[in-house]
Amino acid sequence: MTVALKIGRVSASRNAQLRAEAAAGYAFVTPALILIMVLLIAPIVVVLLLSLTDYQLGALEWSWVGLANYSDMLGDRIFLRSLSNTFIYVAIVVPGSVVLGLVVAILVQERTKSKAIYQTIFFLPVTTTLIAMSVVWHFLLNPSLGPITSLTRALGLGEFDVFGDPDLVLVGLAVIGIWQLVGFNMILFLAGLTAIPRDLYDAADIDGADGAWDRFARVTWPMLGPTTLFVVVTTTITAFRVFDTVAVITRGNPQGRSDVLLYTLYKVGFQDFNMGPASAMTIAFLVFVLVIALAQAFFIDRRTHY
Amino acid sequence: MSRATLRTDRLIGSAVSHAFLLLGAAFILLPFVWMLLTSIRPASEVFTAGFNPIPSRLAAGINYSEALSKSPLLQYMLNGVLVCAGILIIQLLVAIPGGYALAKLSFRAQPVIFGLVLFGLTVPVQVTALPIYIALAKLNLLNTYFAIMLPFFLSVFGIFLFRQFFKSFPQEIIHAARLDGFTELEIIIRIITPSAVPAIAAFAVFSITSHWNDLYWPLIVTTSADHATPPLGMMIFRDQETGSNYGALMAGAAIITAPLILVFLFAQRQFVRGITMTGVK
Repeated sequence: MTVALKIGRVSASRNAQLRAEAAAGYAFVTPALILIMVLLIAPIVVVLLLSLTDYQLGALEWSWVGLANYSDMLGDRIFLRSLSNTFIYVAIVVPGSVVLGLVVAILVQERTKSKAIYQTIFFLPVTTTLIAMSVVWHFLLNPSLGPITSLTRALGLGEFDVFGDPDLVLVGLAVIGIWQLVGFNMILFLAGLTAIPRDLYDAADIDGADGAWDRFARVTWPMLGPTTLFVVVTTTITAFRVFDTVAVITRGNPQGRSDVLLYTLYKVGFQDFNMGPASAMTIAFLVFVLVIALAQAFFIDRRTHY
Repeated sequence: MSRATLRTDRLIGSAVSHAFLLLGAAFILLPFVWMLLTSIRPASEVFTAGFNPIPSRLAAGINYSEALSKSPLLQYMLNGVLVCAGILIIQLLVAIPGGYALAKLSFRAQPVIFGLVLFGLTVPVQVTALPIYIALAKLNLLNTYFAIMLPFFLSVFGIFLFRQFFKSFPQEIIHAARLDGFTELEIIIRIITPSAVPAIAAFAVFSITSHWNDLYWPLIVTTSADHATPPLGMMIFRDQETGSNYGALMAGAAIITAPLILVFLFAQRQFVRGITMTGVK
């Protein structure tokens, strides 16, 4: 009898404790939840709805237009051009910054005295304001007063107007993109490298893998698989969102050859205030970003099975 | 393989690796060096600088004072400090209790809310920009500090980070505190937050660098120099200079990039940790 009473009392206080905990949980999560609703979920719903209208900022009337914005978008030269430019940019920046990041990480890892200084140097661009450095790059590559022009001229290579040449402009922007990302990728690869057990290299040594390339191919590269996947995904997302350099240096010129997705979205939405088409482009952008994120989740999930 | 050839192999390997790293370092440092050299170069030498990189006389005083007088650089930097501080404070006030609730308190809606946080991690600010802009325009709040800060009051990344950090906090300590009569709020203020100082430092670095350097959103919601953050100020400065005075322009770029570079050089470890935290899962 007394035992039963005690248990009853204990579970009652346990229940009270659980209820208090739940109440505190809701209280603490409320500010976050409100912000998630107001700044994340509601805007996404609104963008989705706006993409079905012809709403223009400041206009008094608007109407539903169904999927017209999407079909217009798929036939829009500027949008398609921006998309392909963005893909070309990504296709240069991702391999460039991932391979360079990996090579630098492996070489820096082997250094002893100079390791810290190299790390500092390569990481420097990650911390700096890209807008300011874009202005500097623009000046560096200036076809009439840039030092690089003096160099190519002295070497007899002639002059390069990198940001004025339709065929070079994306390469020029990509070089800046790579310049900024190499250090970031290096740090991620360094973290992956230090996690590789030393005895794997010793074992490979015994198996006759004595060259640097052998060690890389048999141990480093396979062991870095998850790191590499992660680096590729984050770099892809970063490169896909290229905006700053375009806004400062080229503004889509020459001949629209450096129009990229976010810059075109910015122009349509925030300069021309065509909210309908801009919303449709936003949804397209979101789809791309989600596809990359899902691909990452899929690959990481698959990795856990073996 | 004989020992001697092994040693020469290693020597050659070391030389090649140094050569590559030096070349890479030169590529990385080139814009920084050129920015600094041009910022102390007299205007008359800018055109011939490609052949004589080292300035014959110093014009640092002229260039830097011109940069500061021709454009309100200090105002931009003050704006940057205010915006970054405002964003960070709200982010922490929201994310620490939120992260604690998601990590240590059980309630029915918890998995759903955590799911929303994970979803939010994949959504860039450009996706929510249009509606938030329209709302700010309708409320007549464009060109305010509030407008520049608003979308970033929510950092789902911060909530996620603190949730992961608190997850490993020993349950027994929280339990003991409850038995001692601590309320949940006291537990957050007196036990959880002090334990999270490293995570707060790393998150602060991450948040401050992102928002000090952000251009997209300030460009959209501010049209005046009064509230412009450093990147936007740099763009305004560049546009008004239109390439006439590179010395002052480079001095301006140096002034704007200096604060973060200095913090980075003095607190490298925390800095690298903060920036690459997105990679730690």
